Amino acid sequence: MEQAFFLLFALVATGSGTMVVVARNPIHSALALMICFVQVAAIFLLLRSPILAVIQMFVYVGAVIILFLFVIMMLDVRKEVQTRFLKQGKRVAIVIILFLSAEMLALLLGSDLLSARSTVFISEEMSSVRGLSIALFTDYLFPFEIASVILLAALVGAIILTRRSKEEG
Amino acid sequence: MVPLSWYLILGAVLFIIGVSGVLLRRNVLIVLLSLELMLNSVNINLVAFSHFHGDFRGQIIAIFVIAITAAEVAIALGVLVALVRNKATLEVDELTILKG
Repeated sequence: MEQAFFLLFALVATGSGTMVVVARNPIHSALALMICFVQVAAIFLLLRSPILAVIQMFVYVGAVIILFLFVIMMLDVRKEVQTRFLKQGKRVAIVIILFLSAEMLALLLGSDLLSARSTVFISEEMSSVRGLSIALFTDYLFPFEIASVILLAALVGAIILTRRSKEEG
Repeated sequence: MVPLSWYLILGAVLFIIGVSGVLLRRNVLIVLLSLELMLNSVNINLVAFSHFHGDFRGQIIAIFVIAITAAEVAIALGVLVALVRNKATLEVDELTILKG
């Protein structure tokens, strides 16, 4: 049953991920990416980490994609519809992609370490938010604070980058 | 119960789709969207290892990745809006302002 659900989510995720790359209209790409992120959130639920699924929905689907949609609406993208792919350097890129995919899949399918690992226990408290938050706010408190400072810097930076100078009005 | 290698293969496939979007597409917005897809596929790997090893650290790193991604998207879209204001194009091979 769980495997059927995983296959469904994985199928929709890869399909919509392909749509992101192939779609002509950037709006369609952004919406396909939204579908893909929802599937990834469902896969996080299958992995018994509900808090990450919630964060995924809030941050990616609720904030990042909406930001992208606003920017696409602000910019004029009608001209981009005609040419989807790069004109030059396409061959090198395809060679790199094929090499990378062959390497990764050979590594994953050929390794016996992973098949040995696949029968590992699942402890009950792994799915609780309690253990995660205790680990996050004791051992990882300093990285957490640094992340908050980075977010503040990004906020200020984004405002300064998009602000017009006074002469322009 | 789903074996670990399925999750890793799904992560690898999504990562490859993201790489092909970054390397092949011409529109800089799609390049940024594909970058998000790559980061998310790495998160699948992190959470899968966290689940199968019974260790919270993978989930914690995934949370940090998500936070940094949110910051990155805000900065990247800000740069993009400022760029389009100066030079009205969205095509990657025409954005050569930094070239000497």
